[in-house]
Amino acid sequence: MSNKLLMNHKKEFLLFGGLFAIILLIMAFMGTAYGLRMLVEAACYAIIAFGLTIQWGYAGLFNAGIMGFMAMGAFVTMLFSFPVNEQFWSSGLAGDLGSVLLKLIIGIVLIVGSIKITRFGVPKKAQQAVTLVLIGVVYLVYMNALAPVADSIEKEVGFIGGFGLPSWLGWVVGGIAAGLIAYFVGHICLGLRSDYLAIATLGISEIIKAFLKNADWLTNGTLTVSPLPWPTPGAADLGFIMARASYLSLTALVIALIFFLLTRAYNAPWGRMLRAIRDNEVSSLAMGKDVNKRRLEVFVFGSFLMGVGGAILATFNGLFDPNGYIPLNHTFLIWVMVILGGAGNNLGTLFGAVFVYIIWTMSEPAALFVFDIIRNIGDSVGWEAPQDLDSRALQARVFVIGLTISLVLRYAPKGVIPEKVARHG
Amino acid sequence: MAIIETKNIHGGYGGMNILNGVNMSIEQGEVGVIIGANGAGKSTSLKAIFGLLNVTEGAIELNGENITNQAPHLLVEMGMAFVPQEKNVFVSMTVEENLEMGAFLRKDNFKSTLDSVYHYFPDLKDKRYQPAGELSGGQRQMVAMGRALMIEPKVLLLDEPTAGLSPLYMNEIFDRVVAINKEGVGILMVEQNAKQALAIAHKGFVLAAGRNRFTDTGENLLNDPEVAKSFLGG
Amino acid sequence: MNELVFFINKVLISGAVIGSIYAMGAIGVTLIFSILRFAHFAHGDLMTTGAFVTLFLTAMFPEAGHAVGLPTAFVMMPFAMVITSFLAIGLDKAFYKPLREANVKPVVMVMASIGVTLMLQGVVRIFFGTSSRNLFVDDRKEIFRLELPWELASRKIIITEPQVLLFVFTIVAVVALHYFLTRSRLGKAMRATSDNADLARISGINTKTVVTVTWVIAGCLATAAGTLLSLDVALKPDLSFQILLPIFAAAIVGGVGHPYGAVIGGFVVGFAETLAVFNWAILLRPLEKAYEWDLPSNLALVPTEYKITVPFFILIAILVLKPTGILKGQVL
Repeated sequence: MSNKLLMNHKKEFLLFGGLFAIILLIMAFMGTAYGLRMLVEAACYAIIAFGLTIQWGYAGLFNAGIMGFMAMGAFVTMLFSFPVNEQFWSSGLAGDLGSVLLKLIIGIVLIVGSIKITRFGVPKKAQQAVTLVLIGVVYLVYMNALAPVADSIEKEVGFIGGFGLPSWLGWVVGGIAAGLIAYFVGHICLGLRSDYLAIATLGISEIIKAFLKNADWLTNGTLTVSPLPWPTPGAADLGFIMARASYLSLTALVIALIFFLLTRAYNAPWGRMLRAIRDNEVSSLAMGKDVNKRRLEVFVFGSFLMGVGGAILATFNGLFDPNGYIPLNHTFLIWVMVILGGAGNNLGTLFGAVFVYIIWTMSEPAALFVFDIIRNIGDSVGWEAPQDLDSRALQARVFVIGLTISLVLRYAPKGVIPEKVARHG
Repeated sequence: MAIIETKNIHGGYGGMNILNGVNMSIEQGEVGVIIGANGAGKSTSLKAIFGLLNVTEGAIELNGENITNQAPHLLVEMGMAFVPQEKNVFVSMTVEENLEMGAFLRKDNFKSTLDSVYHYFPDLKDKRYQPAGELSGGQRQMVAMGRALMIEPKVLLLDEPTAGLSPLYMNEIFDRVVAINKEGVGILMVEQNAKQALAIAHKGFVLAAGRNRFTDTGENLLNDPEVAKSFLGG
Repeated sequence: MNELVFFINKVLISGAVIGSIYAMGAIGVTLIFSILRFAHFAHGDLMTTGAFVTLFLTAMFPEAGHAVGLPTAFVMMPFAMVITSFLAIGLDKAFYKPLREANVKPVVMVMASIGVTLMLQGVVRIFFGTSSRNLFVDDRKEIFRLELPWELASRKIIITEPQVLLFVFTIVAVVALHYFLTRSRLGKAMRATSDNADLARISGINTKTVVTVTWVIAGCLATAAGTLLSLDVALKPDLSFQILLPIFAAAIVGGVGHPYGAVIGGFVVGFAETLAVFNWAILLRPLEKAYEWDLPSNLALVPTEYKITVPFFILIAILVLKPTGILKGQVL
């Protein structure tokens, strides 16, 4: 039996064995602490990649805004877990901010209510006009109420600080926040062709970044927030290796849980239906499946995972830096992980995430090394290298990521561990 | 020599064979009509001739020249034109632009052809600057046929030209087909209105399950009791 | 009066500038979509690449502009357009065509275009670095200050030479495109392919030629937009995703597949952006004095840092209210 298992999954065993060997090598050469850090980060990316594999691999939904969902998760976890800013809460500003938020909530309730007035016989056109006007009014009122309060907060106490709650709560709520945004975007775009979702997610992620970067009163903006507390004992108590190892075991636990749930879901009727929709939308529609509802579920759940992954990563780094989110590292790198590993295959995704992350991390010193050689050769023939050669060297990685996407799409569209097409009956 | 001939062609979409040996042949200036039940491979045969699906076995000849799996634009250049059943006009373009697109491959002046198309279909001349998408079904069919005529084809393939049209337009289209044929254009058409079509056909091909069931002149097929029973509605 | 001049400078001129840029980008996106059926995410970087080709040529022949009295970069732009068009065709051959022929889903094409965008980004930054560049190598940007004849208007209307060139070029390009699409054989074939690709093939239209022409037009306009934008401000290598969103918004607002719609959409988005970040308090200041209102000093609808939200919400609004856009385009 076990022999048969080995035969059936020879490729998987080989690939993961190779991966393990690479990790051991890195730990041997770069130190265990370095290796562990890389593994934790890879694990966080794996959680995010799971989010993408269910969106893209299970349901064929294109999410070009992973960065935004990650950043959202990171922000919420910062807000929840960062120590309480006593100065802010003891000042009158907390009350002021509360009243602003109350106005916003009333406004949102009004807007949502206005969408429902069609039920009372109001024509759709009129409803749309009312809703639009209401959105405009609420927006202006909110902006005007917030501006002075936000200014005072920034001037007097820096930013509002956190809630001092446990990190894991931040992770969960971070995921939920990402999911809510996904619900909003998906609700509008999922009925349309897939390209629209790509454009909209790209937009929303840039907006989330702009918001987190500029709402200094809430996020401390580009000043960044650190250190974020860990849910596990920190390096001060256990030393780097043990602290990171315990964090790694925590993330491994999260991955195991997600992996288990995803594998169950994939084979459950829900997963089968999703794949049916992905592979043949028309016939699924004809069979009376609620295509868009299923898609919305998957889109929200995938974005939830992205939020969670982003949150765990931010906590591990101990830093919330909205400026540090760039599409390349936080959207397209994950794309590469998923399509290289095998979209729709959980094991492939896990492999892709860890493997690509290792390559990505190693490519930084590698690129610098290669460009240093170029510099030396240049020196010897009298060519003067540009001042910013090092920053250019890192851009070589952008090119490589792009090339990898193109090549994988063309030559290995199913990835190294392709999705197994299950034959029923 | 036959102007168009299919020799025992097989083919289909994505591994599924729809055609299992279709033999058809019409001479210069003849009308050939393909009839048969739904799914018998009528439209598929036309598409196979026009290089729109992969023929895996057998051969197609135009004037004795092998054209099996030839690219459509090369076939157009060789004098073959095809009018699909659906989506057969450029809806956002005017009638005249539609016709011009039919003449895309012609380098010479096609003004006289344009006039002759307007002569066949006088309705179109009045609507020449109107977008084809605004026309009625029958007029669209005329635009589609007119577009195909613009290269002055030797053979015209028509896929159910009267589908969904009112009886009035249906008769008009049949009249036009006869008129075009009188000018020496060979016509191979798929038709649901089998009786009417066979009446104008020199040759008729009755397909079933992707192969020829009956092959004869139009008149003989019309009078064949077995054909009448199964395919002409009694 | 001065307030009005301020409004003209900040809204009318700026809006027209950025609107022209968006319009030219959106025409390319909309044409690529209607012929090749996918959202071309590499368009922003195609613009940047085109501008860098211009920069390269300008640095090679810095004196060329003096002969005709125009900025050298503008003189070099047509050559850059040719080079970038070849590049676009090459990119299509290498990365899009194989996928197209394998009949992949449109989303896969979108992914491929993201691969291309990253490659372009990488190459541009390896060769030209990551900092901003100035397209005026051996000449200076000329700025016109127009005085208004009224006494109260002591401020001047400010318009730069690149802006004038941009307006002229945009008008010429749009008119030329109009004549190309409605009068020429190839232009009509393009419209036919966009309308019904299967029927176009059946009619004998060589789709390959049409695809090539599409890339040439998109490449030329992208180069022009990139160059003229960089002439007006500075050449930044990190434009790509920032400019992509307004361009897509413009194409969708105008109705996907409609070049004229793209032009309208470009200006709608451009003016919406400038109007949204404009500080209305300035325009209301005379009234404030007259009626003794107490207005806050900043009455912008959207803070400048959040400018990117404007095209996004236009996009969302059009998707909710009228997904086909102003000119009834295809729904993606």
